[in-house]
Amino acid sequence: MRRTVSAVPSTVDELATALRGVGYLPGARTALVSHLAVQLDKPVLVEGPAGVGKTELAKALAEVLGRDLVRLQCYEGLDEAKALYEWNYRKQLLAIQARTAAGDGAATLDDDVFGHEFLLERPLMRAIASPTPVVLLIDEIDKTDQEFEAMLLELLSDFQITIPELGRIEATSQPIVLLTSNNSRELTEALKRRCLYLWLDYPELEHELEIVRGRVPGLSASFSRRLVEVIADVRALDLKKPPSIAESIDWARALLLLGADDIDQDVFRDTLSVIVKHRTDLDLVAERIGLRLPESGATAG
Amino acid sequence: MFTEELRGEGMAVGTSELLDATVALGAIGWSAREDFKETLAATLAKSPEDRHVFDLVFDRFFFRAAELEAVRHAAAGHDPESDREADEVSGDGEGVDGEGEGEGDSGPPDLDAVREAIARAIADGASGQMGDLASLAIGSVGGRVNDTGVVGVDVQRIRRALDLKPEADPEAPEGDPRRDGLPREGIREFEQALRRELERRRIERLGELPPARALNQMDRALPTGAGQSLADIHRVVRQLKRRLNTQGHELRGQRRRTQVDLRATMRASLQTGGVPVVVKERAIRPRRPEIFVLCDVSTSVTSASLFFLSVLHALHDAFRKMRSFVFVERISEVTELFERERDFAKVSLAIGRDAGVADVTGYTDYGRVWREFLEQTEDDLNPRSTVIVLGDARTNGRDPAEAAFAQIAERAGRAFWLNPEPALYWDYGDSVISRYRPYCQVHECWTADQLEEFVTALTSSVVTAPAPGRPPR
Repeated sequence: MRRTVSAVPSTVDELATALRGVGYLPGARTALVSHLAVQLDKPVLVEGPAGVGKTELAKALAEVLGRDLVRLQCYEGLDEAKALYEWNYRKQLLAIQARTAAGDGAATLDDDVFGHEFLLERPLMRAIASPTPVVLLIDEIDKTDQEFEAMLLELLSDFQITIPELGRIEATSQPIVLLTSNNSRELTEALKRRCLYLWLDYPELEHELEIVRGRVPGLSASFSRRLVEVIADVRALDLKKPPSIAESIDWARALLLLGADDIDQDVFRDTLSVIVKHRTDLDLVAERIGLRLPESGATAG
Repeated sequence: MFTEELRGEGMAVGTSELLDATVALGAIGWSAREDFKETLAATLAKSPEDRHVFDLVFDRFFFRAAELEAVRHAAAGHDPESDREADEVSGDGEGVDGEGEGEGDSGPPDLDAVREAIARAIADGASGQMGDLASLAIGSVGGRVNDTGVVGVDVQRIRRALDLKPEADPEAPEGDPRRDGLPREGIREFEQALRRELERRRIERLGELPPARALNQMDRALPTGAGQSLADIHRVVRQLKRRLNTQGHELRGQRRRTQVDLRATMRASLQTGGVPVVVKERAIRPRRPEIFVLCDVSTSVTSASLFFLSVLHALHDAFRKMRSFVFVERISEVTELFERERDFAKVSLAIGRDAGVADVTGYTDYGRVWREFLEQTEDDLNPRSTVIVLGDARTNGRDPAEAAFAQIAERAGRAFWLNPEPALYWDYGDSVISRYRPYCQVHECWTADQLEEFVTALTSSVVTAPAPGRPPR
């Protein structure tokens, strides 16, 4: 599955072009910060509303750089055992039993069962112990507890992990680290200090149009433009969850599937649920935007 | 030096970040302005709020540097104003449509034409033209609008003179973009261009730079302006809700040690023949404060009360046992309303309609409010309860009746006062906040940070009954 490692892009523009090549259209800011991350080996903290392509960026970067993507999805209650490493205690038990049966002295056991072969690598550990450099994506870091964040600090600044029984494990390769956050919780200063910061927002109209066109090539240019404009209008409303790029793309796909050729009131009402996901939002959008669209009869004639 | 300005604005910029920035610049190069700015931003500004501050400071800092240069060049001689005008048209007038360019030469341009050009540019979202149009607008409106010397005021005046409104204007002529209303976004952008241009002119006029003043703190404050959208408030409150939820958990985590429940342990030990194998612990009951909230909804805090109401709404979700009151001259309980309605917009509407708190004058009467509050909650107030007052403590010259408030504070376990005014304005005019201070903890509360501080204080497990006469805070 591995691609041949292409030369690491050495300028911002090269990186931007390369990202475009794999289907991710970066904004100027995104390209610049990604470039810095690659050049400086610094982790990047990517924040922004849900669905603007934070996770996609990591995937695209991994593809461009020809690296594997190691992903750690964070959630409340995530602990070291699931993120870093765990001792494979079943294997340890078996080893002990096997050896006592063979008549070995128990004295030597202690050293042996805490060896590398009994270690279960979890994403973080895998990322730094991998012989080839990877892209490490720590997704939704704001969902974890502060303790976990503190544990990450050692990893992020020095790329090393301390295992009490084994000692310090240093990275064999420098991963590119992306942390994403939906900003549901303020991250600690210490963590922020170690990262470059990238705020991804809803893209501008032209940029979004380009993305939609790139992802849903079947849709005609004028129709895509219309779609993106409607989305921009919807975003301007006071919604609980404004539609993001992911929703624009979904909507474009849905409309393509339905064979719609223009956005009129009927089509809008039927497919509204694709872009707006709260009941109160639905009402608001239907009322404000839906009525402004042309009647279904008018466009046909 | 730039870093120091940032720090002056309250951003935490560490030495390591500065090093990062320098290294990063090494990898990027110094030449392109946008790249330079983005690089600095990525390494120095670590949150959207910081980024906002960063942008402002960056513009100010480097703008000032450029201006200083310009001022030095323009040694005394010709009138800078006319020079500027000529410069504007010939130098960077390429973005202006023909209309504007022609008129720049022939004296003050026709106001209506300018109006229309600007409205069109805003409707089309042509941000490239904004700067030029802004200077044009100042040129044309400037004569009629007095220069107040305060940039913010001038911007608003010019905007009004130009008749820029987001609402649709059916009286506008056919084909005019104003007919359907202008996009808010565009107007804001134009205002920013205006502001920049005005600042530049001012510098030219005075021939010196204004002192680097701290950014207007209100720029970063909570969205309390009447015209600002509810969405901003909601965002803050949503975050607050989430924090409130997690805060409880944290506390439980910290105080895991409990007392041994002897009776339960004995009972359990019967199964094992009287040997207490399983130690039963007393369950920890999370602190569920009973909260009474009094919210001022009078005109003096109009903008803030909207915010307060939403905070109230958020609190209602977070705390089970809570009674809310709104007051102006007298109080009215809105607890039921909050429980019935989950939708904030409806709540605020209902309060405005039938709370019936504003009597004749519409001025706050604190004395009466305290007495009525005592009457209504007489039986429920106990040392476990917390009283929170949201208001500006402006009595409009009436009796503050701090004795009555002291009574309330004494009966309740804790009393907080949230004041939406910056501490600077306290005790000016008819504000009597200091009269209440001995009896409660007074918090300044007009930014999200301050609100957070307050929430921390509120949910902290330490029960400190504020003894009368104790120094505040």
